[in-house]
Amino acid sequence: MAQATRKKPVAKTADAAVSARIAVQSHFRTLRLGTPFQPRLDALAKTQEWYNWAGYRAPHSLWDEELEYFAIRSQAALFDISPMTKYRIEGPDAEAFLDRVTLRDVTKLRPGRVHYTAWCDDEGFVLDDGTLFRLSPTRFRLCSQERHLPWLLDSAIGFDVIVEEETEAVAGLALQGPTSFAVLRDAGFAGVEKLRVFDLAAFPHDDTSVTISRTGFTGDLGYELFVPADRALSLWDRLVAAGELRGIRAIGYTALNRARLEAGLIVANADFTTAEHAIRADRLRRPDEIGLGFMIEPQKAHFNGRRAILEARAKTKLRHVLVGLEIEGNIPAEHAIVYHKKHLEVGLVSAAMWSPMAKRNIALASLARPYGDTVVEDLWVEIYAMRELQYQKLMKRAKVVARPFIKLDRRTANPPADF
Amino acid sequence: MKAWDAIVIGGGHNGLVNACYLQRAGLDVLVVEKNDWVGGAATSRELTPGFVYSNCSYVCSLFRPEIMRDLELPRFGLQVISYEGGAVFTRDGDYLANYRDHDAHRREFARFSRRDAEAYDRYARDVTRQCRFIQPLLMRTAPDPTSFRPRDLGELLYLGKKFAGLSAEQMALTLRFWTMSISDFLDEYFETDVIKANFALSGIIGTALGPMSPGTAYVLLHHYMGEVDGSVGAWGYARGGMGAVTKALAASFKASGGTIRTGAEVDHVLVNRGKATGVVLAGGEEVYCKLVVSNADVKRTFLKLVEEKELPDVFLRRVKNFKIRGSSGKINIALDSLPEFPALPRDSPVYRGDMHFTDSIERMERAYDDWKAGRWSADPFLDMVIPTTLDPTMAPPGKHFMSCFVQYAPPKVNGLDWTDADRDGFAESVIAQIAEYSPGFRDRIVHMEVRTPREIEAEVGLTEGNIFQGELTFDQLLFNRPVPGYAQYRSPVGGLYMCGSSTHPGGGVMGAPGRNAAAEILRDLAKSTSHMSPAHEVI
Repeated sequence: MAQATRKKPVAKTADAAVSARIAVQSHFRTLRLGTPFQPRLDALAKTQEWYNWAGYRAPHSLWDEELEYFAIRSQAALFDISPMTKYRIEGPDAEAFLDRVTLRDVTKLRPGRVHYTAWCDDEGFVLDDGTLFRLSPTRFRLCSQERHLPWLLDSAIGFDVIVEEETEAVAGLALQGPTSFAVLRDAGFAGVEKLRVFDLAAFPHDDTSVTISRTGFTGDLGYELFVPADRALSLWDRLVAAGELRGIRAIGYTALNRARLEAGLIVANADFTTAEHAIRADRLRRPDEIGLGFMIEPQKAHFNGRRAILEARAKTKLRHVLVGLEIEGNIPAEHAIVYHKKHLEVGLVSAAMWSPMAKRNIALASLARPYGDTVVEDLWVEIYAMRELQYQKLMKRAKVVARPFIKLDRRTANPPADF
Repeated sequence: MKAWDAIVIGGGHNGLVNACYLQRAGLDVLVVEKNDWVGGAATSRELTPGFVYSNCSYVCSLFRPEIMRDLELPRFGLQVISYEGGAVFTRDGDYLANYRDHDAHRREFARFSRRDAEAYDRYARDVTRQCRFIQPLLMRTAPDPTSFRPRDLGELLYLGKKFAGLSAEQMALTLRFWTMSISDFLDEYFETDVIKANFALSGIIGTALGPMSPGTAYVLLHHYMGEVDGSVGAWGYARGGMGAVTKALAASFKASGGTIRTGAEVDHVLVNRGKATGVVLAGGEEVYCKLVVSNADVKRTFLKLVEEKELPDVFLRRVKNFKIRGSSGKINIALDSLPEFPALPRDSPVYRGDMHFTDSIERMERAYDDWKAGRWSADPFLDMVIPTTLDPTMAPPGKHFMSCFVQYAPPKVNGLDWTDADRDGFAESVIAQIAEYSPGFRDRIVHMEVRTPREIEAEVGLTEGNIFQGELTFDQLLFNRPVPGYAQYRSPVGGLYMCGSSTHPGGGVMGAPGRNAAAEILRDLAKSTSHMSPAHEVI
């Protein structure tokens, strides 16, 4: 046969799906998206200090990173959590599915409750941590730092369940601080006083409903609100109007990050590396190695990574431990190396600060066992404090302490106090 | 008569790298090049006034930065500029772009599949892990597994240790990666045709295999393990075209005292009592030396330049059976304006990246089917770039040079040599494809150079026009490249070495074969290699 003739490869289809796909081509012009609250954030952004949170333009700070922290601890702080990854998981088998893929016992999570959980790959390495909201007997929302759709979908084979990514469709807002309850009550969310820690309920808002949970990332009295993206601005305005007399302020991540550290909470890919991102095999972590061992319930039905996790426990194959440290002095030890007896390198500080609430120099650190586990004496951190183009090298004693670094009664008080 | 310390046959990038390192070690080195210019397959040529063509290789990533620094190539004009992603056009009037920004990349994939969009991180992690395993091997001589010399044992141990350092899961993945097809590999991560096609293309470029052929997953890895200034996996343009690489090498070589003779084709290597003693040029001139290094591919070197009687029969048979099959062609086009693609917004960064029209693995495989039948692909796979969108030196302002790498093109058409009519038909299949996505494309063409395997072999000397000087399949890699027992740049003829891409670690304008060969030669001469940087650490 002679050279084959060419068949015309361009097929014209007037498919609606194709048109929809083509309609969103232009995203390349906006590398950092605004969240549904962006108009309000932009109006308040006096510092114009932004960072990239999962492809969104998120504020480091809005007006003053130091004072924004005090808004959390003294008044009520609004923090936009819309960029957080959200999955809707729904169906008759939703409970069984989530019980299978996450560490904690989902059969014990009642509708109207939230729990903090984590999930692992087959080898028991942590893929991510996050919060699981049980919105109804058959409907859940899973919120996390990283993205897991292929893993969730693959794991869902055999379960009658729908997994749908809803990050863009659902706006999220954290309202945290001593006056946060009063703000919600004054905003007219009747019954919000009934919410205990980790409770959630739906409240009417602007012809739709907002899900309010008594949860947060600050260790303080606080709530998280989820609302359809197109009602985000009216929710913001409602809260700000109600909170005006109670000191409500919008804040950026720097302030929130301080509050979470005082609360002893960890951040994925800051305090540990998630399994789907770990290029180096020794960076993988089992739950027991990052302080999440409390989530493991060996008596519950089979869950992902169970065998490997239990085997690691039984054979003492756990190699790391995540601990809270209290460090002498007041110089933050961010990313400092941790030593035993001042010379043997045993770990790394992943987050550190001077805590205004505890009046202590605190840190989270990952140590190589037995250090931090059975050997907790004679630990030191080497702090390189850059001062006017010179490192002041400090070797400071570190003490392993329990987390959280601060415990506020108002976080759990029932009914919540006005402030 | 003068006897050079070394004669390097062929002034391609590996020959020049080799010559540079030998010259800098104090040897008196002569490079003989059959063309009137140096460069081999890394050339920039002004084939029509005002337009410079990268007329063979066209993008740069694999060239080792250690070599660039050792040989002071920036001082001699080499600059590599990262380009901006790329796209696969789809037949429904859309495209799938690759953006450098991680989140834009994810959103782009999500236009086609939310699942695939979120699968990319795991894919990238797994591929990166494999690259990190292989990268340190590039600048080391592969061990001879049959030898018990301490050095070979040491290298084997190094390999073994690296392998043993992997988890059981990673070990399995590594073995699969080296042997499976890119199509099967991608099926484990993605579900969308165009997304799979987008990645599969790196698994077929330069190889006479289809995306469904075992071994193509490794070819993808080979294309991913380069870097542009530490940005691993990135590809870029050499400013001034790929000839900038060899121009800088030639200048560096001359600056260190080396000699280049162009227009000096080698007819054969002089062998006396099993030892290379010089070369005979096409005109009959004999040039003597203490050792000969061949930058030509292993077939050309041992089937054309060395008399058969000088070679052991097993070696000869293996060289004859070495797979170095012609599979690609190249069309270089001068354009009087930037082509427009109605599917692609005018401000898209894709114009500054690589463009493709094959939107499914199925279509790639069909294109390969034509090759198997001895025809060029009716619906070819193109890797098309317009370097002048980033490099102002290659065409007058507003005008452009376009490079189209084309697959598949068989070494012979229906068993017969390529004719000029075949060549024109091949070109037409390419232009027709582009014109379907870019109306008015033909009218912008000022000049065009069409290179089938026939032209590439005739000019560059690559057997069958194979761009890698031999397939990158597992049976021809590491200690089996080019043939078992001769993976350490030496040959059965004393004093005759190989330094081309036929040797470990293979092709892609990497420079590593030339460098590694120089290290082996200097070792044989008991000379210092302190001027050669070891491979950058992978941490």
